[in-house]
Amino acid sequence: MRYSALSLVKNAFTHNRNWGEAWRTPDPKKHYDALIVGGGGHGLATAYYLAKEHGMRNIAVLEKNWIGGGNTGRNTTIVRSNYLWTEASLLYEKSMQLWERLSQELNYNVMFSQRGVYNLGHTLQDMRDIERRVHANRLNGIDAKVVTAEEIKESIPHINTSPDARYPILGASLQPRAGVARHDAVAWGFARAADNLGVDIIEQCEVTAINCEGGHVTAVETSRGTIHAEKIGVVVAGNASVLSSMVDLRLPIESHPLQAYVSEPLRPIIDTVIMSNAVHGYISQSDKGELVIGAGIDAYTGYGQRGSFSIIEHTMQAIIELFPIFSRVRMLRLWGGIVDVSPDACPIISKTPIDGLYFNCGWGTGGFKATPGSGWVFAHTIAKDQPHSLNKPFNLQRFETGALIDEHGAAAVAH
Amino acid sequence: MLLIKCPWCGARAETEFSYGGEADIKRPEAPDKLSDKEWADYLFMRKNPRGTHRELWNHSQGCRRWFGAERNTVTYQIADIFTLSEDSG
Repeated sequence: MRYSALSLVKNAFTHNRNWGEAWRTPDPKKHYDALIVGGGGHGLATAYYLAKEHGMRNIAVLEKNWIGGGNTGRNTTIVRSNYLWTEASLLYEKSMQLWERLSQELNYNVMFSQRGVYNLGHTLQDMRDIERRVHANRLNGIDAKVVTAEEIKESIPHINTSPDARYPILGASLQPRAGVARHDAVAWGFARAADNLGVDIIEQCEVTAINCEGGHVTAVETSRGTIHAEKIGVVVAGNASVLSSMVDLRLPIESHPLQAYVSEPLRPIIDTVIMSNAVHGYISQSDKGELVIGAGIDAYTGYGQRGSFSIIEHTMQAIIELFPIFSRVRMLRLWGGIVDVSPDACPIISKTPIDGLYFNCGWGTGGFKATPGSGWVFAHTIAKDQPHSLNKPFNLQRFETGALIDEHGAAAVAH
Repeated sequence: MLLIKCPWCGARAETEFSYGGEADIKRPEAPDKLSDKEWADYLFMRKNPRGTHRELWNHSQGCRRWFGAERNTVTYQIADIFTLSEDSG
């Protein structure tokens, strides 16, 4: 059923009791042409584009819990494409262009709001890096500009731009097309759209082994039985190493806890997104009024979906440094996700030494923004058995050849 | 917050320590002879297990000495602390 204004009115008359389920709950078949392991945003997007762009309809998404219950529902929903290096900026910009028409495409409101993202500079070197990145972005056709402290103050009146601040704000980069989206809706929208195209979305189905024969994948063992497939795409974020160890594939990935926070709801006070590398925090305000806050990863590796109190304290310090007005705001909730950090802060979207097995991982702290683009290039990689030109540089071999795409510190990333 | 028992200083808060990543990674004995694949393995590839992890810690705000810990990466419980010998990386 297509959602429309008419369907809203019709269902309102029956007190919204007759909405059908958004996607089916099928039992796994014995065999699929392709399997996607991981029912987060990236996995669902991959399945959707496999079905839509490449006509593969006999496919399934396997999710060990419920869809969108991992990092997809645990991030701070920021979407931007102002990365420094050409390889990265083109990939994230592809994603941005998909975001811009995603609600229409999926017939599902993902509440994509292009409210702009500011990346603050606090030192002369910060500002030099910002100018370099802004110029690099513009050469790649990505909207970006350098703004002064005065311009920041005009747009964000409550921010502390005093020159006496401990880390004075000297300026920022601004990407006006960047913004936020509702992360749950992204998972649900892709799930519903993929399901409409015949994709089986199988929840509560944990992969416990990957079977290979003669260097080719044949099947996965799951908590719901053996499922055969010629092609298997693994996109499981923090658990990438767990899956790769099933086939003795070594990955340059370390999984870390990354925490995020929301405050009690406030009246509208921030209508954009503000990120700072130097004081290390980022903040926006949700439509419900909560301040949505994030910062850096815990230093140690962990799969526990929670982190240490010292990180919470540090994050709050950073936010209060930028916005002293929030010093008495109470935090409502906090949670942790498991992020798969790669050595160059760039993803691995790649074939593997095993035929028919593909990995999409290493998005680290910034995967949400890439959800549609990641799915789009991964679907291409799986369907054609070769990478799209956009994700060709993001192969697993780059750690041997040395062709790293070093976005650590370059990408306006607050890791 | 982890409570980490430095072998020399005793139990201290996690904020006194720096994390050193996976333990038991040996520096190549003949660096000139290593292939690109072997270099990549040494530099970048990590076990990153879900469960017991042997890892390095440095008491950077204390005695500044390195030691090892065996920590569960799901529960974060530290089962064992060990000092480093000549050949343990």
